Amino acid sequence: MRHIISLLLENESGALSRVSGLFSARGYNIESLTVAPTDDPSLSRMTIVTSGSEEIIEQITKQLNKLIDVVRLIDLTPYRHIEREMMMVKVKVAESGDREEAKRLTDIFRGSIIDVSQETYVIELTGHGSKLDSFLEALQGFPVMEVVRSGVMGIARGEVALHL
Amino acid sequence: MSETSAKPTAITGAEIFVRCLQEEGVEVVFGYPGGAVLHIYDALYRQDKVSHILVRHEQGAVHAAEGYAKSSNQCGVALVTSGPGATNAVTGIADAYMDSVPLVVFTGQVPTNLIGNDAFQEVDTVGITRPCVKHNFLVKDVNDLATTIKKAFYVATTGRPGPVVVDIPKDVTAQTAVFEYPKQIRMRSYNPTTRGHGGQIRKALDLILSAQKPMLYTGGGIILGQASDALTEFTRRLGYPITNTLMGLGGFPASDPLFLGMLGMHGTYEANMAMHYADVVIAIGARFDDRVTGNIEKFCPYAKIVHIDVDPASISKNVKVDVPIVGQVEPVLREMLRELESMNREPDAEDLAAWWRQIEEWRAKDCLKFDRASPIIKPQLVVQKLWELTGGDAIVTSDVGQHQMWAAQFYRFDKPNRWINSGGLGTMGVGLPFAMGAQFANPDATVACITGEASIQMCIQELSTCLQYQLPIKIVNLNNRYLGMVRQWQEFFYQGRYAMSYMDALPDFVKLAESYGHVGMRIEQPGDVEGALREALAMKDRLVFLDFITDQSENVYPMIPAGAGQNEMILV
Repeated sequence: MRHIISLLLENESGALSRVSGLFSARGYNIESLTVAPTDDPSLSRMTIVTSGSEEIIEQITKQLNKLIDVVRLIDLTPYRHIEREMMMVKVKVAESGDREEAKRLTDIFRGSIIDVSQETYVIELTGHGSKLDSFLEALQGFPVMEVVRSGVMGIARGEVALHL
Repeated sequence: MSETSAKPTAITGAEIFVRCLQEEGVEVVFGYPGGAVLHIYDALYRQDKVSHILVRHEQGAVHAAEGYAKSSNQCGVALVTSGPGATNAVTGIADAYMDSVPLVVFTGQVPTNLIGNDAFQEVDTVGITRPCVKHNFLVKDVNDLATTIKKAFYVATTGRPGPVVVDIPKDVTAQTAVFEYPKQIRMRSYNPTTRGHGGQIRKALDLILSAQKPMLYTGGGIILGQASDALTEFTRRLGYPITNTLMGLGGFPASDPLFLGMLGMHGTYEANMAMHYADVVIAIGARFDDRVTGNIEKFCPYAKIVHIDVDPASISKNVKVDVPIVGQVEPVLREMLRELESMNREPDAEDLAAWWRQIEEWRAKDCLKFDRASPIIKPQLVVQKLWELTGGDAIVTSDVGQHQMWAAQFYRFDKPNRWINSGGLGTMGVGLPFAMGAQFANPDATVACITGEASIQMCIQELSTCLQYQLPIKIVNLNNRYLGMVRQWQEFFYQGRYAMSYMDALPDFVKLAESYGHVGMRIEQPGDVEGALREALAMKDRLVFLDFITDQSENVYPMIPAGAGQNEMILV
């Protein structure tokens, strides 16, 4: 089953490689991994999307908790939570009809065009991974030059929070 | 910082390093000098509180520090240089990691301005050691040095112990700072559990007391957690049968009738059968290694399992546990004893008597029998004689292979910290440096290294260290001219195709020992075994290398073949 695990870790060099090394060394699956500093500059927040049986997920959380750099951890899966991913797509829009169609699709998906050149648009889109997938599907008529996705971030709804 | 006020008390990083070791009460450091650590060696030279032992290879330094730690419950300390010094230390670090040995390993590093430049003797030590340390640090600022060292000792010795690497660039050891050693360390991300959960403890006791066929399965955590006395009291209070893992030997007195011997791949028939048919298994400080469980599908099929361990990640890692208790084994066992007292409830005497009758039947198989009338020396005989002559009180180290299993089976340990070996990683070559470390920690003890002709050659250069420091170790070489355990597996599972298991071109170990300035003896007749051991043990002031020419075809029995269940043992 797919799990989304968020953790706070010491914002120190080597912390990221300890986490990714744990996954490779123990043969755990890692679907996506997103990390950035938080409002507290000594802490980074990481979101890991992984999958496995309940036993494997239990081991993953235990092993992550065992890392000295990991300060707090939460498996968001059982909680009501929000997931977001960001995507930037560069499409070729040489014809004027294409430009209009691309603009229309972007509006429908509540994205925005953030770069325009003679023949290209860069479209920015934020949302659940499945929404980003749908947008790429909708763009199938266009020559897509480049896609960049951020990996998943997650946060629990309501009172549940991951903090010190 | 004003130029006048701080300067008088500022000292170099190298001096800070030494002061930190002194603050930690470190008496012995095992190491090998090199370019990146020369400032440190100079600072060590100019003091006399911390003694430095010069080994002949960095692997030997780390294993010696392990032997020191395992035989004394102190933290072991090793010091090596950058690059090859650090890479040579990795095997020892990995060994310590697998067996949870409290260890701090200091590695030199190239100056900070050269890090990442492929400088001479540069290696990414933090990167290389990451998967086999409890934690590691790179110190980039001399002002962080003391705090980092304090953290390193704290992390290495608390919770589930393990090796911590501190990588120190050369310039950091030359720069100066005011020395201040923190009294205490608080790390927000590291708070090991000590006491077990009260509710879980009562739940466990309920299950334990209702058992009809109980079995205690205890491991190296008993030794590391200094819980031998509490375990002995607990076991005798209940009158339950008990087994130790390879790492746990000595955690419970082997001479006690409640002790069924070691379990696992080469464990006794009675221990493995009792595990297989038990209805409640109480696992304490043991981690269900595959050498213990055999085929996990067939492991303890009838049992509910209680597991006490300081490391939550060890619980339900390999085997699903019914009642987990996270905590240090000693306080948990003490708490259980107190609870037992207040509960005023006893195990069912009739059930327990019936269980013991069954166990005695298994025990009557006498699974460790061997041919005592053999005209060729049987390795088991050598170990048994060593046990008899040392009264079971020697510190015994072993290497890895058949001799290790015979040592575990035939030397009966009544006390903890007497049996020092590499259980998790299974590192050939550890025996001699382990013995060195144990001898430094216990100068008056009889230290014996049970080894084989293949294992001993993996760190044999340390014979030179033994001479330099006059270590009176007794090396018991069970020489069968084969990689014995490899040969045994090839005999069983590869139709006797002995690929590369034969040791051709062996040295003359007697002359080799003599060339290092030690005493060498070759023993070829069973009748000479006891006399030779007596003679060697009487030589209290020098190392004796006993080369026993043993039966080449002898195998370790019983054996559970890989993939089989604990009730599917091969007996002799």
